[in-house]
Amino acid sequence: MHFRAIVFFIASVILLINSPVFAAAPIKIGALFAVTGPAAFLGEPERNTAQMVVEEINKAGGVKGHKIELIVYDTTGDATKAVQLANKLIKNDKVVAIIGPSTTGETMAVIPVVEKEQIPLISCSAGSKITEPVKKWVFKTAQNDALAVGRIFDQLRKQKLTKVAILTVSDGFGSSGREQLKAQAAKYGITIVFDDTYGPRDTDMTAQLTKIRNSPAQVIICWGTNPGPAVIAKNARQLGVKTPLYMSHGVSSKKFIDLAGDSAEGIRLPSGKVLVADLLPASDNQRKSLLVFIKDYQRQFKAEGDHFGGHAWDAVMLLKNAIEHGGDSPASIRDQLEKTTKFHGIGGTFTYSAHDHAGLGQDAFVLVEVRNKDWAIVK
Amino acid sequence: MKKELLKFLLFSVLMLLVPLALHGSYLMNVLVFVGIHTMLAVALNLLLGYAGQISLGHAGFFGLGAYLSAILTTTFGFNPWLVMPLAAVVVGLIAFLVGFPILKLKGHYLAMATLGLGVIIYIIINETVDYTGGPSGLSGIPNLAVGTFVFNSDIRNYYLIWTAALAVILLAVNLTNSRVGRALRAIHDSEVAARVMGVNARLLKVQIFALSAIVSALAGSLYAHTMTFVSPASFGFNFSVELLTMVVIGGLGSIYGSFLGAALLTLLPEFLRSAQDFDIIIYGGVLMLMVMFMPGGLVRGVPELLKKMLGNRGGVGNA
Repeated sequence: MHFRAIVFFIASVILLINSPVFAAAPIKIGALFAVTGPAAFLGEPERNTAQMVVEEINKAGGVKGHKIELIVYDTTGDATKAVQLANKLIKNDKVVAIIGPSTTGETMAVIPVVEKEQIPLISCSAGSKITEPVKKWVFKTAQNDALAVGRIFDQLRKQKLTKVAILTVSDGFGSSGREQLKAQAAKYGITIVFDDTYGPRDTDMTAQLTKIRNSPAQVIICWGTNPGPAVIAKNARQLGVKTPLYMSHGVSSKKFIDLAGDSAEGIRLPSGKVLVADLLPASDNQRKSLLVFIKDYQRQFKAEGDHFGGHAWDAVMLLKNAIEHGGDSPASIRDQLEKTTKFHGIGGTFTYSAHDHAGLGQDAFVLVEVRNKDWAIVK
Repeated sequence: MKKELLKFLLFSVLMLLVPLALHGSYLMNVLVFVGIHTMLAVALNLLLGYAGQISLGHAGFFGLGAYLSAILTTTFGFNPWLVMPLAAVVVGLIAFLVGFPILKLKGHYLAMATLGLGVIIYIIINETVDYTGGPSGLSGIPNLAVGTFVFNSDIRNYYLIWTAALAVILLAVNLTNSRVGRALRAIHDSEVAARVMGVNARLLKVQIFALSAIVSALAGSLYAHTMTFVSPASFGFNFSVELLTMVVIGGLGSIYGSFLGAALLTLLPEFLRSAQDFDIIIYGGVLMLMVMFMPGGLVRGVPELLKKMLGNRGGVGNA
């Protein structure tokens, strides 16, 4: 029995891992991302990006001479864990601001904690109710679903299409989208003639699509994240559904085209500009930020930077600017964040104010179409 | 019986003194969840450890309690203290009614049926968006309060939750040491033999199932009021499995074992956090080793291990 030897070994490993990195009074920023679990497709690029940006800031000398120390915790997409970890970041690690969490549910769970402890939070999730009504300490970088819905409806109105079928996934992303689709339809003179949902892990949607085929719908709008929408695209092709198909910004990455294959051709969706950065006119204000982000991400991770990573990029840069303009106390960071005007980030051009902690306008989205297995901007 | 009481008092004093050492640390917040998980693990242990009936649907009862409290207090403005027993009774009644057909089943079939029950509850919570807020959850649940004293800080919640948890433990200890407890263990060993001895096995199984559900619902209500936010993801199949793991790792048929299991499974991830990406591997490894080397759970395995180590020291100590 070498129990003591084993115990000693484990103890020394833990001590080794725990030993603090010595640096001259770094500014501590916390991050909560769903790096593992069902929302890992959000959390992983967000963590990668946040770490990459912080590294670059530190390499360039930090903020006002202070290095930034980023403390990332994995919430696994679980609201209970997110609350515990937010407490840990604030009480143990004494961070001055928090980036994340990745999903709307986790963010809603964390809000009471940061409001009480008075620590600014920049959420990377999309749900409109995060910043409506405005909470004093809570900001967000992900584009509101409302903007994406507006972008699609705008196009439909242009084409004089009024009858819409909606098919949404039964998770946080889908239900928030469904709410917005139903709320905004009347404003654009659109009637929803069919409304159904599917489960996040469903592998066949022919039942819903058959019903849609028999409805008077002129357009199908599907709201979900991978892989569901790819299944719907394939099923629609198999059934010979000719109705034009719109997706949400939840699938705006190359992965969707890979999953859906030929069936993706002709599908349209609202997307952050990161997807089509190289197609943007040189006059576009975001172009510079976008190209830098894409190049850095490609070099560091040998993968395509997507708009999820972009949310973290925006959050870190907004914090950096806020600290540069004011001090590094939580209250000062919050006040400076609120004064942010015309920050050209990845998700769009941010202008926060006392009444708006989401900061983006309709121009944050472009409408793209899949053509020859690539993205093209719909004029 | 005296010994049991002494053990309980000792444990209570210990738990009530913990905040003195940890006041202000984030661990207080984690310990609040240890309390909630202890209630749930004890509830499941009564069913699994004592009566020998498995349930993979306890996260569902937990969720029902949480959502009933959340909806009735937030949307309809009821008094939280009134809603809590109401939710417990409603969930208990549901469990009592479904218990009759379900608990006729045994072994794998019972596991399947309770799993189904849990999944059904999850789907109902997830899909009735108008009442539950659907997958993105329900926020703005009020904290519990007595007069102007609001349970809105970790330390206050700690005492609130642990008062409830200790009450549940006391109830469970008394129950298992009573005639009912012996009847339950008889059912566990052999249902036929128990019935021959005059135990109404069918009714007793359903009753303990309902009691277990009531305690879970109570834990759910307390969870809702301390978190002030609920979303369906917290009450899925995974959580049922986690509860089962707590009970098994802690020790089947031991009330304090359930506490140990709940504490370990809730605290271990926190201590492994510094291992970054490897935490899941270490976590899984620790659980696997425990099941391999402590099949009786922590409550039996740790004393045995200590005995072995002390024995070892006695032998090599002078070398």
